[in-house]
Amino acid sequence: MYNYYLAIVLAPLAAAIVAGLFGSTIGRAGAHWITIVAVGVSCALSLLVLNNMFWGGYESENISVYTWAVTDGLRMEVGFLVDRLTALMMAVVTFVSLMVHVYTIGYMHDDPGYQRFFSYISLFTFSMLMLVMSNNFLQLFFGWEAVGLMSYLLIGFWFKRESAIFANLKAFLVNRVGDFGFILGIAGVVMFTGSLDYAEVFASADSVAAQNIEVFSGSPWNAMTLVCILLFIGAMGKSAQAPLHVWLPDSMAGPTPISALIHAATMVTAGIFMVARMSPLFELSETALAVVIVIGAITAFFTGLLGIVQNDIKRVIAYSTLSQLGYMTVALGASAYGAAIFHLMTHAFFKALLFLAAGSVIIALHHEQDIRKMGGLRKYMPITYWTALIGSLALIGFPGSSGFFSKDLLIEAVRESHWHGQGAVYWIAYLSVLLGVFVTALYSFRMFFLVFHGEERMDAETRSHVHETSAVVTVPLILLAIPSAAIGWFTVQDVLFDNYFGDSIVVNSAHDVLGHMGEAFHGSMALFLHSVQTPVFWLAAAGAFTAWFLYLKRPDIPATIKDRVSGLYNLLDRKYYMDDLYIKGFAAGGRSIGNMLWHVGDEVVIDGLIVNGTANTIGKLAGVMRQIQTGYLYTYAFAMIIGLTMLLSWLIWFR
Amino acid sequence: MDFSQNILSILIWLPIAGGLLLLAIGDDNDVQSSRSMTMRIVALGMSALTFIVSIALYKWFDNGTSAMQFVERVSWIPALDVYYYLGIDGISAPLILLTTFITPLVVIAGWDSIKVRPAQYFAAFLILEGLMIGVFAALDGLLFYVFWEAMLVPMFLIIGVWGGARRIYATLKFFLYTFLGSVLMLVAFIYLYGLTGSFDLFEFMNVPLGMTAQRLIFIAFLLAFAVKVPMWPVHTWLPDAHVEAPTGGSVILAAIMLKMGGYGFVRLSLPIVPDGSAYFAGLIIALSLIAIVYIGFVALMQKDMKKLIAYSSIAHMGFVTLGFFLLWSISSGTGAGLGATGGMVQMVSHGLISGAMFLCVGVLYDRMHSRQIADYGGVANTMPKFAAFMVLFSMANAGLPGTSGFVGEFMVIIASFKANFWYAFLAATTLVLGAAYTLWMVKRVIYGEVANDKVADLEDLNQREFFVLAVLAFAVLLIGLWPAPLVDMMNVTIEHLMQQIGQSKL
Repeated sequence: MYNYYLAIVLAPLAAAIVAGLFGSTIGRAGAHWITIVAVGVSCALSLLVLNNMFWGGYESENISVYTWAVTDGLRMEVGFLVDRLTALMMAVVTFVSLMVHVYTIGYMHDDPGYQRFFSYISLFTFSMLMLVMSNNFLQLFFGWEAVGLMSYLLIGFWFKRESAIFANLKAFLVNRVGDFGFILGIAGVVMFTGSLDYAEVFASADSVAAQNIEVFSGSPWNAMTLVCILLFIGAMGKSAQAPLHVWLPDSMAGPTPISALIHAATMVTAGIFMVARMSPLFELSETALAVVIVIGAITAFFTGLLGIVQNDIKRVIAYSTLSQLGYMTVALGASAYGAAIFHLMTHAFFKALLFLAAGSVIIALHHEQDIRKMGGLRKYMPITYWTALIGSLALIGFPGSSGFFSKDLLIEAVRESHWHGQGAVYWIAYLSVLLGVFVTALYSFRMFFLVFHGEERMDAETRSHVHETSAVVTVPLILLAIPSAAIGWFTVQDVLFDNYFGDSIVVNSAHDVLGHMGEAFHGSMALFLHSVQTPVFWLAAAGAFTAWFLYLKRPDIPATIKDRVSGLYNLLDRKYYMDDLYIKGFAAGGRSIGNMLWHVGDEVVIDGLIVNGTANTIGKLAGVMRQIQTGYLYTYAFAMIIGLTMLLSWLIWFR
Repeated sequence: MDFSQNILSILIWLPIAGGLLLLAIGDDNDVQSSRSMTMRIVALGMSALTFIVSIALYKWFDNGTSAMQFVERVSWIPALDVYYYLGIDGISAPLILLTTFITPLVVIAGWDSIKVRPAQYFAAFLILEGLMIGVFAALDGLLFYVFWEAMLVPMFLIIGVWGGARRIYATLKFFLYTFLGSVLMLVAFIYLYGLTGSFDLFEFMNVPLGMTAQRLIFIAFLLAFAVKVPMWPVHTWLPDAHVEAPTGGSVILAAIMLKMGGYGFVRLSLPIVPDGSAYFAGLIIALSLIAIVYIGFVALMQKDMKKLIAYSSIAHMGFVTLGFFLLWSISSGTGAGLGATGGMVQMVSHGLISGAMFLCVGVLYDRMHSRQIADYGGVANTMPKFAAFMVLFSMANAGLPGTSGFVGEFMVIIASFKANFWYAFLAATTLVLGAAYTLWMVKRVIYGEVANDKVADLEDLNQREFFVLAVLAFAVLLIGLWPAPLVDMMNVTIEHLMQQIGQSKL
């Protein structure tokens, strides 16, 4: 299988290099063909690998590709660990990426940077594959930063736009704050285990958990807790968990295909994947898991609320991504890693679908993104309408859809995670994911109704041009709609309860909520039939109904609410003032510190007082000394006599 | 052809002879004249030949020993027992290769952008190359000192003759700062000569020294090397020197001359006064961390691109000194060697990246005659190829994995976590600060709408510029993706060094 793995990784890389460096030679068609074929090959081989793992009984493989460097006893390698977790991620990443590649032909049709864009998204795919297929922390960090770089380049793809180049810098820096924690976490792993290799690190995990480190003298911390929290800070950056979530909504400044790629299959899933991959470590620190679950819960609920007040179609979906990532993180914190990855997978399909559907609408309306200027598109764009409906239903967890199985069971797992105790942590997590269901349904269907139903609010000129988009756009929509609708039915049993992940995910038996739930699980049909008895179903239905009532039936009410509770509205509209805090607080603060250190530290103290001060003092001293150099012989003779006298006296009296 | 017995002498004297030849050829004011052309071809040929010879050095170099290789030892001043004594190990070899690699690129970069006295300009660089290789190869204290000081002269001239408006202030500051430090190094050498009766560096390393003597010698060395690195707070000459220096001068200054300081620490301070080094290690670590954090903030606010890169150099060199002095804070196992290796890799990598960054600024300066960030904006619209290189090198400067900038920082951060959590914490702030100051500059210079008519008229890289940047990009990526060849060169030597300085000389 080694050659397959190499081909999976290298095909997109090679295609990206050709499309990037020789784009003008191979032309637009050449660029999209070579990258699509390459990612297609990757996808086909990934599906084959997944097939072999799933049904073929293939074992996981841990292979070294080459030695990056060895020094001081530390081996730094590049290699692949392909187990069931990795195989699933590879399939999701390459499949969504392939859909995005095809879709891009339509979306970027008129863009002068066509070849560059294909080069970037292929390279993005390569980076993400390196990340998920890594067998060690070094390569993990490489992939981690490489997806960061690619998102920087892609968000800022339209580099003439101020909003784009602001957003990409912001995304990169906020991610770097996360990476700051992440690299310290990796350094901690090396410190306590002496290795970067997953297998070796996991093997010595128990000894790490038995050690303490005094970060502040006098208060020893458990080494594993420290390492896990530091690693999780990295995940907070990449997977946009509060308070490092601020980069993600702004990243909508990039072209829509890239929003789908960043928000569905790559980049934001990296943090979730990483924590699942590190389950042998996180399982040994309940403190770290508590941090994970609380951060996830806060993100899931509060960012969902923000989605309700957004008017940019892509931003609504972006906030929904944040909220869903929060769900996954909560599942991680509940030790239901399988549920997190399962939701990651279904989310990858339906979120990519929603973004691409939004992109389809945006194309049809000539790059209009404001949902207040849409409406009634159902009759003009039937394929987009139906696929968007499937995506929205999956997002809110409509019974039978893929999102239903992943979300319902995720919430159930959180409810079952009693080992967190019945204290605040448990209730914060459970209530957040439960109430989040209502919020999700509300913002999803608010958008859906405003875009596809109701009165047509675009101007007449635009309306006359609206029509369904071309096949390169609609075919990916359909291909994504199929798994969004159906994949849950067929995989939930295997992935969640039949120990699909095997030993790629380690769960402490006391935390094993999924195993516990598996005993009561009787197949997809039973879960489907049972759905109407759960609060999740009724909350989702209430949310969708509220959206219908407020935005189709009585559209005057939202405006009234907005006026009545303007304080709350402003709080949401300004995104809890987080951006203001970062920009006016941290960024401006950093610049002031820089200015102070530069002008006061360097210019006044070091140069002014010490360097030039010394020079000036020497200059003045020289001026005084110059007075002695009169040029008259008698002055020198006099000086010599005095000197000689002093020297002689010293010799006589003191020797 | 086996000239391995004299390869170091060839590497030193070949470029110097080339420089003298250039002076003999001279030039006229017409850049297009055949004499001018001959002169340039000789300059390029000599520097390229030196690089080719250094490839032989790389091929013949034995990674498996920490002993000095290619040793040449001839009596030079018998009365003082001074030898012309050369030899290299895994610490000096990579730096010599860096020197021979960068110099031809500087010659190509200055090909026709130098209009005033080009023959003397190129001669200065070739002579400087020979002297710098001499510093890295010298094993006799006096010889080392001679190369060390002689090196200042061509650099002084490069900044003083071909520099910008405030070049006199900058050259004086540069000269006084560095000279003051190195005179104390000479005093230390003379003291050690008094004890051993020789200037042989190995004699210096083997002679037992009391604690007071070690401390004083360490301070003398520290002043010499800290200025060169430069370490906070003796760094303020660097931004001034860079701003006034011509592009080639900045490249050599950043890429190689700063490495003299780091090299001095590993070659002299650590092995000659290990107990003194241990005593002051905490101070050095503190100064290094201040450099990383403090200078990172200062770099953020720079309005002049060259100053920004100069400050970023200081912050990056902080990793070098940090890595070298972690040994005593690490109790056992992996770490000390990792830190020192990281410091060495960082030196080589910084040589490539800062060199490339200064060349990028040079490309812009040649066209717009401004280094001010505010004068630019939207350069990517008119210079897409240049923009691609600039973004690549900026990412390398920000320590992105896959580029050489990551390798050293990664090793040093890991090693410093082992020493103390807070060392690693402060060092890792470079991930945020380094990205912030570098990419903010990129945003303002490269991205955005075309800012003004001058930017609109910019022409993209010519073939010559493209070649230079492409070669550097290749090297930056190669070391980033596969540092093993570089690291393997150093491993045994650094292992030996760690053992050596682990033993007290009291």
